[in-house]
Amino acid sequence: MFWKRFKKNKLALTGAILVFGLLVIAILAPFVSPYDPNIINMDDVLQAPGSRHILGTDDLGRDILSRMIYGTRISLSVGFVAIAIATIIGIILGSLAGYYGKLIDSLIMRLVDIMLSVPTFFLLLTIIAIVGPSIWIVMFVIGLTGWMSIARLVRAEFLTLKEREFVLAARSIGASDARIIFKHILPNAMSPVYVSFILGVAGAILMESGLSFLGFGVQPPTPSWGNILTAGREYMEVAWWLIFFPGLAILLTCLSYYILGEGIRQALDPKLKI
Amino acid sequence: MKTLLKAENIVKNFPAKTGFFASGGSVIHALNGVSFTVERGETLGLVGESGCGKSTLAKIIARLITPTDGRVFFEGEDITHLKQNKLKKIRRNIQFVFQDPHASLNPQMAIIKTVSEPFIVHGLRRAKEAFSEAERILSLVGIPKEMVSRYPHEFSTGQRQRIAIARALALNPKLIIADEPIASLDVSIQAQILNLFKELKEKFNLTYIFISHDLRVIEYISDRVLVMYLGKIMEVAKNSDLYNHPIHPYTEALLSAIPIPDPAAKKKRIILKGEIPGLTKLPSGCVFHTRCRYAEPKCVEEIPALTEINGRYFACHFPL
Repeated sequence: MFWKRFKKNKLALTGAILVFGLLVIAILAPFVSPYDPNIINMDDVLQAPGSRHILGTDDLGRDILSRMIYGTRISLSVGFVAIAIATIIGIILGSLAGYYGKLIDSLIMRLVDIMLSVPTFFLLLTIIAIVGPSIWIVMFVIGLTGWMSIARLVRAEFLTLKEREFVLAARSIGASDARIIFKHILPNAMSPVYVSFILGVAGAILMESGLSFLGFGVQPPTPSWGNILTAGREYMEVAWWLIFFPGLAILLTCLSYYILGEGIRQALDPKLKI
Repeated sequence: MKTLLKAENIVKNFPAKTGFFASGGSVIHALNGVSFTVERGETLGLVGESGCGKSTLAKIIARLITPTDGRVFFEGEDITHLKQNKLKKIRRNIQFVFQDPHASLNPQMAIIKTVSEPFIVHGLRRAKEAFSEAERILSLVGIPKEMVSRYPHEFSTGQRQRIAIARALALNPKLIIADEPIASLDVSIQAQILNLFKELKEKFNLTYIFISHDLRVIEYISDRVLVMYLGKIMEVAKNSDLYNHPIHPYTEALLSAIPIPDPAAKKKRIILKGEIPGLTKLPSGCVFHTRCRYAEPKCVEEIPALTEINGRYFACHFPL
């Protein structure tokens, strides 16, 4: 049913294929990249895209394509881990707020309001300035500051679902709160969470690129799309390929996640005719 | 001990939804002192117009909501405020069948899981055993073995209600409360489900509280009938007594509204005047006086008590 509707949406299918392709590239990075991403070759400095180096080389003669392929690993894993953390926190807090209501609900929702008022990017910069840049810190901070919208979604679903008769029925057979939350309500509340997850990954990738670009994220020589951009900035006038290709990769990746997310949303929405 | 369940002076108020500018504090009086007993092995029919508190009463008995006041005794034990573990034990004995089987089955759960869940929740059987036991119960209500791993949306409404009944039956309860279990079914299916209820009662020595607004259904299935109006009991009587000779004017009016499937048969219908009064402000005295054709000044002033004469209970100053 879901598949049937999803397949009809050509744009979403394109997004899915791109997202899947990126995953494959990230997993198979050592096999698909033509060179070692960190090998410095002073004979090949700032080579334009050509037959030997498809996307050219940087100021240290490193192959841009290989660096970008390895960068895919970093970007995707940061995106996924960060949003996985955010989703887990969001589901737990949203469920508690929606299921128990009253004081617990008020407390959690005020926490959401407070967190939403904090500008995430600058909070990230501050934390990294204090504890030092690390890919793990980036993941956790993005995760710990990105759960609010998911918590709100889950809470809203719980508010309507907990009044449904199948929940009453579960209670009447003596099921515990935990059982009702996890076995009965949550599985029925997941569809907006899937969409939010996919869209969140795009946001997290963008944020990681931004941080790495500013030098607060993944540290060189480990390649990431953001720090390839930074390195290329100085040579922008003589070597356009240094910033063009990483920029394009970020753009296309985010775009494909967005259209995939939107496609899933449309396929899950029974009111929408496709 | 013959009495299975006893309800004593059940009162339930809901806070009325008030707007920001409304002067708050108004209360919906859903149930206003309801007392009755259910004898072991009988089927007690509960009738009344929509909004008279039938479902609220059912949910209070099943401990799905707590009453504002009053007590419920099951096998002599006060279950009104039981907590956690003790409540779980009582839940095994009181099961519920809901009106709409589209809403009462978890759409994300295969039906075999739904029906075996009671065993697992109560730690009675291991998963594998629970499944085979659930299969047995499902076949008992007419769902073949090949269909048990399907999801609710793959079944018809009638089949879904059978599945919901199977779930209620799983724990081998003493009392089953059925809240309008056939109201959402096609007429052709209604009869099948009604007969299934009757069959199962014989087989498992069940006691039913059967709620319906359809007087024919109640007549068919009940041993005794309890008539409610505005959260109060109007009349309780044996099935045959009530249908042959209603004592309360409200029952009389209800019975006159049963359609007779014979166009030639003429009968006088008693048309109740006016609307049902709102539950936020109940009429003084007898709650039915605003629409009763026999009403007299006494009915406006004095609340009639539920009185017993020859095993029949009624709340009326001027019984018919």
